[in-house]
Amino acid sequence: MRGATQAKWAACAVVVALAATACGGGGNSSGGGGGANGIVSSSWGDPQNPLEPANTNEVQGGKVLDMIFRGLKRYDPKTGAATDMLAEKIETKDNQNFTITVKDGWTFSNGEKVTAKSFVDAWNYGALLKNNQKNAYFFGYIDGYSKVHPESGSSRANTLSGLKLVNDKTFTVKLMQKFSLWPDTLGYPAFAPLPRTFFTDHAAWVSKPIGNGPYTIDNYTKGSSMNLRKWDKYPGADKAQNGGIDLKVYTDNNTAYTDLTAGNLDLVDDVPASQLKNVKADLGDRYINTPAGIIQTLAFPFYDKKWDTPGGIKVRQGLSMAINRDQITSQIFQKTRTPASDWTSPVLGVDGGFKKGLCGAPCEYNAANAKKLIQEGGGIPGGQLKISYNADTGSHKEWVDAVCNSINKVMGNNKACVGAPVGTFADFRSQVSQQKLNGAWRAGWQMDYPLIQNFLQPVYYTDASSNDGKWSNKQFDGLVDKANAESDKAKAVSTFQDAERVLVAQMPVIPLWYQNGSAGHSDRITDVSLNQFSVPVYEQIKVK
Amino acid sequence: MGRYVIRRLLQMIPVFFGTTLLIFLMVNVMGDPIAGLCGERQCDPATAAQLRSEFGLDKPVWQQYLTYMGNVFTGDFGTAFNGQKVTELMATAFPITIRLTIVALLFEIVIGISLGVVTGLRRGRPIDTTVLILTLVVISIPTFVTGLLLQLLLGVKWGIIHPSVSSQAPLDELIIPGLVVASVSLAYVTRLTRTSIAENARADYVRTAIAKGLPRRRVIIRHLLRNSLIPVVTFIGTDVGALMGGAIVTERIFNIHGVGYQLYQGILRQNSQTVVGFVTILVLVFLAANLIVDLLYAVLDPRIRYA
Amino acid sequence: MDLALEEGATLEKTPGGPEGTGPAEKPRSLWSDAWRDLRRNPVFIISALIILFLVIISIWPSLIADQDPLNCNLGKAQEGSQPGHPFGFDGQGCDVYTRTVYGARNSVTVGVCATLGVTLLGGLLGGLAGFYGGLSDSFLSRITDIFFGIPVVLGGLVFLSVVPSSTVWPVIGFIVLLGWPQIARIARGSVITAKQNDYVQAARALGASNSRMMLRHIAPNAVAPVIVVATIALGTYIALEATLSFLGVGLKPPAVSWGIDISAAANYIRNAPHMLLWPAGALAITVLAFIMLGDAVRDALDPKLR
Repeated sequence: MRGATQAKWAACAVVVALAATACGGGGNSSGGGGGANGIVSSSWGDPQNPLEPANTNEVQGGKVLDMIFRGLKRYDPKTGAATDMLAEKIETKDNQNFTITVKDGWTFSNGEKVTAKSFVDAWNYGALLKNNQKNAYFFGYIDGYSKVHPESGSSRANTLSGLKLVNDKTFTVKLMQKFSLWPDTLGYPAFAPLPRTFFTDHAAWVSKPIGNGPYTIDNYTKGSSMNLRKWDKYPGADKAQNGGIDLKVYTDNNTAYTDLTAGNLDLVDDVPASQLKNVKADLGDRYINTPAGIIQTLAFPFYDKKWDTPGGIKVRQGLSMAINRDQITSQIFQKTRTPASDWTSPVLGVDGGFKKGLCGAPCEYNAANAKKLIQEGGGIPGGQLKISYNADTGSHKEWVDAVCNSINKVMGNNKACVGAPVGTFADFRSQVSQQKLNGAWRAGWQMDYPLIQNFLQPVYYTDASSNDGKWSNKQFDGLVDKANAESDKAKAVSTFQDAERVLVAQMPVIPLWYQNGSAGHSDRITDVSLNQFSVPVYEQIKVK
Repeated sequence: MGRYVIRRLLQMIPVFFGTTLLIFLMVNVMGDPIAGLCGERQCDPATAAQLRSEFGLDKPVWQQYLTYMGNVFTGDFGTAFNGQKVTELMATAFPITIRLTIVALLFEIVIGISLGVVTGLRRGRPIDTTVLILTLVVISIPTFVTGLLLQLLLGVKWGIIHPSVSSQAPLDELIIPGLVVASVSLAYVTRLTRTSIAENARADYVRTAIAKGLPRRRVIIRHLLRNSLIPVVTFIGTDVGALMGGAIVTERIFNIHGVGYQLYQGILRQNSQTVVGFVTILVLVFLAANLIVDLLYAVLDPRIRYA
Repeated sequence: MDLALEEGATLEKTPGGPEGTGPAEKPRSLWSDAWRDLRRNPVFIISALIILFLVIISIWPSLIADQDPLNCNLGKAQEGSQPGHPFGFDGQGCDVYTRTVYGARNSVTVGVCATLGVTLLGGLLGGLAGFYGGLSDSFLSRITDIFFGIPVVLGGLVFLSVVPSSTVWPVIGFIVLLGWPQIARIARGSVITAKQNDYVQAARALGASNSRMMLRHIAPNAVAPVIVVATIALGTYIALEATLSFLGVGLKPPAVSWGIDISAAANYIRNAPHMLLWPAGALAITVLAFIMLGDAVRDALDPKLR
């Protein structure tokens, strides 16, 4: 999935998109008895895009894909480690050419066999420009991508030259460059296999998707509800422990929460900020608050000469030290976020590259030093720091105001920092991407897959897809390249951490806090947990 | 009379074109909607260009408008960004919102006018003061809070209502949301009625009617109220549109997938097809409501004639 | 209502109305009579005093609040009443009392100016439409309809996001732009009714000019509903400013206003209701003052009450 706050808030919280169709479903859907056949009702937001695997870039669609698809790899919901699912083995000698063997015995819920071709066709579809798949860039590491998905103009090839079908069970992948951790990215839903009917009768498939996961879609009323049922013939080990999931679209996460407390809903996977103070009293131990792979940051415009100065480093470090992260996370977020001390996320684990305190002093509140550093660096460019954010989703105003208050206090000036709201997310994004902002802006990153590479390369590498501030540093780029070529995982991770130390020294973006997933559930169900993407692990839920 | 109605109906045509053009331009001024579709990451330029041409956004505005209007006349109101037909959206949203509006209007008419008559006849008495205080409460506390509190008390604490409205949104589930939507308008209707009643209560025709020995009830309803209703009716006419398109907060709180909510989402997504479609229908509703109000003037005050 | 011939036909004084004042010394114009009445009406005096107070603290908030509304201590967020902080703290740890006092300037300015603008523009256009009828009515009314059609959210995002200014004036201008149609409809309805009265027909027969008829005969009789709607609208405009700020297009941070504080407090209603109480209370008192003022003015303009 993509950027942190968009995915988390825009999708989770309020966005019920532009859809609402014929009545049906809905209402109180708790029912269907208990035990293994019990049905769990859960809050949902309308997906923003059609539910194609390579076109789903937010949590709400991702939830469904997670239930109806299984890919070559799957991230363990507890540890985040990528484990083989449909992959029998993935072999490479040079970290650039991979041979993938698919397990036997897997079928789609319509009976069709899952073969190597199911993957190759799906990936080719996802990468091809004319299919408008918003996650096409996931296939960007595969050789031939620039032909099927050129920067401009129309595509010069229909299939990726790096994908070769060997036989029913095997295919090979050639990457454009060495990327040792690439197999670990294959747990992302964009890499899911697709049945023939997806290509032959696309409209029917989109209105009722068919996959190979533990659930099948029983009924889908766009804009209002989706009923998923356990697929009895599911061949995998992670069979559904309940009879099915009823997803219900809510206009507002507050309403979903109220419905939960009134006993009309079993599971809410996004507790609204305004309820955090009373959630323990309302739900007791039925409230879950676990780390998710999301980090929030403040980004700066390096395309603006005023910020791209040698003194700017000190100013940014000073600003970082002027933000009282502990106080803001506890007072504004009620500890559902954790002060950040590196540029990754705790869900990676220590082995995966998360290193608490890597940032050191520059990420710790220190009023005196902060003011000194900012003044040494020549003061805030333009005399006032403006933090831009979108006002339509995500209640960013509260924390931006709190960050500004913190900076203002340090500077002893009530106007040193102000929030600068932008009306809509689209407008905000276009101002960011067209480089119209000349102050800081809220940024965030929600990991696509639990790898340290994903937290660094797409965001800070020169001209990377989410490097909106256009920061560029040769030393950083060199270390990332070196890490990607490293075949030993531990060494790769430590080289990435070396790259991260460049961020400490340069402070191109200020890390603020790691976001948690928060959920609440009714006393009808047990074994509820959230994975690293803050999506409930639906198949493990048990109904009493 | 008949000619007057026909003339008014014909006037709807320029208003229809004026509004659609205005709204179309406004959504266009908001900028490029594509940037918001790719999440926090920049859409890669090729995909963005592809999406733009798919939604016709690469053409000049006037051409987009003409194409759109051409389609509207064949019954095609376009497609939302998630691939759903706008007509489908309207077909689900409008019936729900019409029900909500009817509930709200009933509250305004029944409670608003009754309170207005009572307070108008008993100016300065405790009942008048009580209603005034309620009015102030309704104006100064946001509907968000009133809605939320009612939802918490009635829905969770006492379990009288469902906190959220089901997707069928039957009338009985819309009673509390309807009351919340109507609350501010209730204040207007009550005070308008109160003022008119107080003003007319001393009019000579009322004294004459009482002097003639007509029963008090009959005087109030047949003479006093009928004469006092013109401003109230005018207000309710203007309120129909506001209730239908502007119940954003209430619709969100009570999980009502109605017009206000869909329109709000369309605006935030900068989806001109959804917004223009919905607003066009809303403007037709205003026009109809205002025509009815103007015809009611003649019923309430026979001295008013329409040529 | 067929009997409604004498309504307002004379300026005769009817002593002993509930809020009536003393007997008249000599005949005067309706407007100066009204002013004479007003000065003696306790309701008017009280409301005028409240409004005067609001104006004074809008201009010199530091008279009654010695702290800085932007000096906040996040550590005290949402805490209740404490010595030196009688109204407690808001979600950012700012002093609620100070913010309520300082919020008066923006909120009262928005409320009063927007209401004045809406009433003048809407009253004028609606009045003209009602008075002249026919083609001018059709034209003005259909324009009104088009403006009715603009959703507030869309209008705000379009008109206000292009205005870089951080003052209240763009907000006021926007409210006037979208608010006038309602008053116009009300005014038009009232004028259409008032126009039917015999004394208006009589004045016309006597050759009174249009402007004289409108000002002396129709306006005083048509103004009551407009006053009622305007006084309530004043409160809703103050709240509307908050909606616009919530959309990111209203007052720009770090502006302080009741509306902004009320909508911020709404999220904490279960845990810290005191945050809502004080700014909402200030808004209620303001609306009360203007409703009372409106009532007094209306009474003063109604000869039957004298």
